[in-house]
Amino acid sequence: MDEFWRAMVNAGSLIWRFDGNLWEIIGLSLRVSLTATGIAAFIGLPLGALIALGRFPGRRVLIILFNALMGLPPVVVGLVVYLLLSRSGPFGVFNLLFTPSAMVIAQIILVLPIIVSLSREILETLWQEYHEALRSLAASPWQSLLALLWDGRAMLVTALLAGFGRAVAEVGAVMIVGGNIDHVTRVMTTSITLEASKGNLALALGLGMVLLLLSLSINIAVYGFRYIGGERRTA
Amino acid sequence: MNAKPQILPVTMAGVWLKRGDKMVLKEIDCRFEATPTRTIIIGPNGAGKSLFLRVCHGIVAPDRGSVRWAGEADARTLARAQAMVFQRPVLLRRSARGNIDLALKIHGLDAAQRRLRVADALDRTGLTRLAHTPARSLSFGEQQRLALARAVALRPRVLFLDEPTANLDPAAAHLVEDIVSELSDGGVKIIMTSHDLNQARRLAQEVIFLHRGRIKERAPAERFFAGPQNDLARAFLSGELLWWRRRSVYDGVGGKTADEMGIDRP
Repeated sequence: MDEFWRAMVNAGSLIWRFDGNLWEIIGLSLRVSLTATGIAAFIGLPLGALIALGRFPGRRVLIILFNALMGLPPVVVGLVVYLLLSRSGPFGVFNLLFTPSAMVIAQIILVLPIIVSLSREILETLWQEYHEALRSLAASPWQSLLALLWDGRAMLVTALLAGFGRAVAEVGAVMIVGGNIDHVTRVMTTSITLEASKGNLALALGLGMVLLLLSLSINIAVYGFRYIGGERRTA
Repeated sequence: MNAKPQILPVTMAGVWLKRGDKMVLKEIDCRFEATPTRTIIIGPNGAGKSLFLRVCHGIVAPDRGSVRWAGEADARTLARAQAMVFQRPVLLRRSARGNIDLALKIHGLDAAQRRLRVADALDRTGLTRLAHTPARSLSFGEQQRLALARAVALRPRVLFLDEPTANLDPAAAHLVEDIVSELSDGGVKIIMTSHDLNQARRLAQEVIFLHRGRIKERAPAERFFAGPQNDLARAFLSGELLWWRRRSVYDGVGGKTADEMGIDRP
């Protein structure tokens, strides 16, 4: 028990002292996961909207596929991306393996199905509710989509944050494609794994606390966003 | 005041509509002239009243037959000269004024025009004090008035109303009726469904009686309520139609066979 409290105190001290090593790791984690979530959102939101509102052959297959991919094991994604980016792989010429870019690619693959599936579900539910009214108003498909995106904005942001949560918390994929290289590809989750295995529990716990604080901040931000957006009052 | 193109008369020719394996509209031939009369469609539950409105409005396509509007306007212009109020108001997750504003934005009005029209529509429906209230937190009666305000703001040539007072208390229903009469007096063609015979008597200038997807009678309101020509319409007015159904209407009633009375078998 003593060891736990000692580790907690040391962790708090690392954060309080603004430890350079710690903040470098936090910075890289945020940069990689935010970039991955941003790119996945850029692809995933329009794709989710297309599947929600479009009627085309294979639509149901796509829905089932993206729903299934939400549970993709990160290590498997890491392994596949590793094989694709390794020197002998099809994308080996780009020399991306063991760089933050490789980690971004792996996280995009993990986050994309979450954003596509959740945004599809949100927009489809809204569309079922709105479509007669919007058709009656003679709204064009583009105008309808904008109305749906605006009215579903709070829920869509929640979907994006769910994607970000998945990205920032996963360890398997970034460990394989990033290699956990100090000052290059070391992020919070890979650091926690490494430091814990080395017995450096204070740093591992410090990073764990930062991850928890980040998760808490995200939830506060979502709550604030929904409140400002009037979601609570209009639901 | 109303810059919308003249889109009437509208002609529904040989319209059939199927839902599942059941024909819900059968051989509908009907024409609505440009005169701003109030036509009320009545009939028992399941007669096809709501679908009749939806097909005429263009949000449901018929399986057979056609709905043709006058003029050479394209489908979008046609749709924008009409408005519809649904039985259960569909309001978006924004404020009362935001709902009206979006409808006007979709119709291509600039911000200054929208501001004026929103204020006018809220004023006419008595909702000005609730302008900034989220639409979904309004009472059901207020939501229905807001749906009507949205339609009013669009200044349509033709206004479709699908049982707009079905779930309202008498005071709210009267307010809606007053607005509908006012619009009609202002030149808007009203095509409305109702299951409330008293309301139909108050509002209708013309009545269409629908039974199991077929138009059984169409007549000026005064003549219809004084003595409908169709046996089923007469039974409906006297409240016997439901009783007939229970006793198996297919056996015929009052010495007449079901075929003589024009009753469709399911």
